[in-house]
Amino acid sequence: MDVFNAIIQTLDSTIRLSVPLLLACLAGLYSERAGIFDIGLEGKMLVGAFAGAAAASVFHSAFLGLGMAILISVAFAMIHGFASITHRGNQIVSGVAINFIAAGSTIILGQAWFQQGGRTPALQPGERFEAITLPGAEAIRDVPVIGPIYAELLSGHSILVYLAFLMVPFTWWVLFRTRFGLRLRAVGENPAAVDTAGISVAWLRYRALICTGILTGIAGAYLSMVQNGGFVKDMTAGKGYIALAALIFAKWKPVNAMFACLLFGFLDAASIRLQGSPLPIIGKVPAQFMQALPYILTVILLAGFIGKAIPPRAGGVPYVKER
Amino acid sequence: MSAPYAKLPAWADYGLIPLINLFVAFVVAGFVVLLVGENPLRAAVILVEGAFGKGTGIAFTLFYATTFIFTGLSVAVAAHCGLFNIGTEGQAYIAGLGIAIVCLSFDSTLPWWLTFPLAIIAAAAVGALWALIPAYLQAKRGSHIVITTIMFNFIAASIMVYLLVGPLKPAASQAPQTRNFLAGAELPKLNWIIELFGAKIRSAPLNVTFLLALVMAFLVWLLIWRTKLGYEMRTYGHSPKAARYAGISETRIIITAMMISGGLAGMMALNPVMGDQHNVAIDFVSGAGFVGIAVALMGRLHPVGIVLAAILFGMLYQGGAELAFEMPAISRDMIVIIQGLVILFAGALEHMFRPYIQALFASFSPRSVGMEAVKGKGA
Repeated sequence: MDVFNAIIQTLDSTIRLSVPLLLACLAGLYSERAGIFDIGLEGKMLVGAFAGAAAASVFHSAFLGLGMAILISVAFAMIHGFASITHRGNQIVSGVAINFIAAGSTIILGQAWFQQGGRTPALQPGERFEAITLPGAEAIRDVPVIGPIYAELLSGHSILVYLAFLMVPFTWWVLFRTRFGLRLRAVGENPAAVDTAGISVAWLRYRALICTGILTGIAGAYLSMVQNGGFVKDMTAGKGYIALAALIFAKWKPVNAMFACLLFGFLDAASIRLQGSPLPIIGKVPAQFMQALPYILTVILLAGFIGKAIPPRAGGVPYVKER
Repeated sequence: MSAPYAKLPAWADYGLIPLINLFVAFVVAGFVVLLVGENPLRAAVILVEGAFGKGTGIAFTLFYATTFIFTGLSVAVAAHCGLFNIGTEGQAYIAGLGIAIVCLSFDSTLPWWLTFPLAIIAAAAVGALWALIPAYLQAKRGSHIVITTIMFNFIAASIMVYLLVGPLKPAASQAPQTRNFLAGAELPKLNWIIELFGAKIRSAPLNVTFLLALVMAFLVWLLIWRTKLGYEMRTYGHSPKAARYAGISETRIIITAMMISGGLAGMMALNPVMGDQHNVAIDFVSGAGFVGIAVALMGRLHPVGIVLAAILFGMLYQGGAELAFEMPAISRDMIVIIQGLVILFAGALEHMFRPYIQALFASFSPRSVGMEAVKGKGA
């Protein structure tokens, strides 16, 4: 039974750790499918986390915090759009710039406004998203096997966790069953064709980036208002890049993205759990190896040894209208 | 790269536009300072005085500039070949391993002038090897070099953390770093050069690596503009198709360019490791690789521009430290914002002001912007 409990707990933290990855990964999905590379997921998550925690603690409302996180994150996505769509700048350079501006400004403003060394004040109950207990979770907690799975694994998460997982079928539906999604995918493969059909390439790509901003905002809010009771400097700690890796791993598909994020979340959870304790057969695995594993797997995938990851064809290329 | 913009005179292209971009970046940074509730002009004065006011300040500025010259050159060499090497950070970090091996083995037996060349070779070799794998994957497998180099940054960080908390750490110590190097691996300081001009220096880490950086800047200029290899790299950077048509081997040119880039990145590690800290510690690169992106863009990928941009960023780092001391509300992270703004305005938005400047030039002298040629095309 101990083993079973350990597994349930590891899977539970897998879910918690993969939520920010999943939201950021889906965010990247919208922009990359529309032909805009986005290295700046990390930065947008970070400003979302900061804006969310700051607004929540000032206005004493979790939902106002979430709204502010989304707003600021979308604003940063628009900077990316302004540089890479309107001015046809290099999308990677623009993304790198956004990451730096985000990293610096969250610390400077946090210190200036709250004077706690770049932190925001610890969020009180009501200022953060609380865990939701699903109906009947307490009643069947003692039922063997099913009880713990339902009560520990499925119940007891915050609303943002359920939202993140609902975003997976929703994103699939938007991309593959709506007119907007069809056009969005088309603009990432062949923007000239979309332009010929009389649809504005720039406006479509801007809308894709708005979707990206909304999702990175929620991802950031999750970090600072659910996982942690406040903002801490550099709290994204490379999650934006892991999400990018997951996106490639998922070959730019929403359902695959969920599995990729769960896998990377699991690696993270397992490395925390296994710290110092040896595995059967393999022996002791250094924690650093487990942390590097998502990156190693992505490189192997990119090298074409596990299937082939083919990015949207027009990705990274600014669209110049023919005259 | 397709350039939908007409030509400007060279001085406007390489002087005026970067200066305007830089100016805008600083104006925006000034707004951030205002938002924090400080006076941006006073902040600027403190910053410049901190960097150039005293001999020690100048020495520190040049010490930081040394680091940024290497990373800037590294980014620029790859960029000339059309490759975005975002992995400078990781290549420099892992090069610390090469330096550690050389220094820990020879610092008790060899004098510094023998350890130094060995360390240069080791640092460049390890950096180049770390760039080789992403280069090979890009050339042979078509994996996007930006993504693979990002991944390699994280992998490098994991390896270095593993080594520095384990095998490379002396058993008796708690700190995650190697033991301190002996005199045989300490580089001589260059502070006497500044003292020649009458300035006093208390203690600053400016060392001979600065000269190495200047030599490398010259060699990069030689490589890019005076050799066949450099010509091929620029050709490939301009148009891979044309390069292929001209019979340039894609694999060879990508791998060579990335390995040179990685080697330059690796040499960056010499400056803080052998010139200042005298050990290899966790996170000793601390973002210098990313500063290289800003430096390369600011310097317009030309070694002279890169040296100037590196000194500018050195000034920001040194002056920023003074600024944090004088204005507690503005910590050193202000530089990270400025860095980001410079990358945004000098890199991603480099063409934003171009049409206006072009119009201005055209109204004064149409020939200078090649108006006839444009008219000939029927535009």
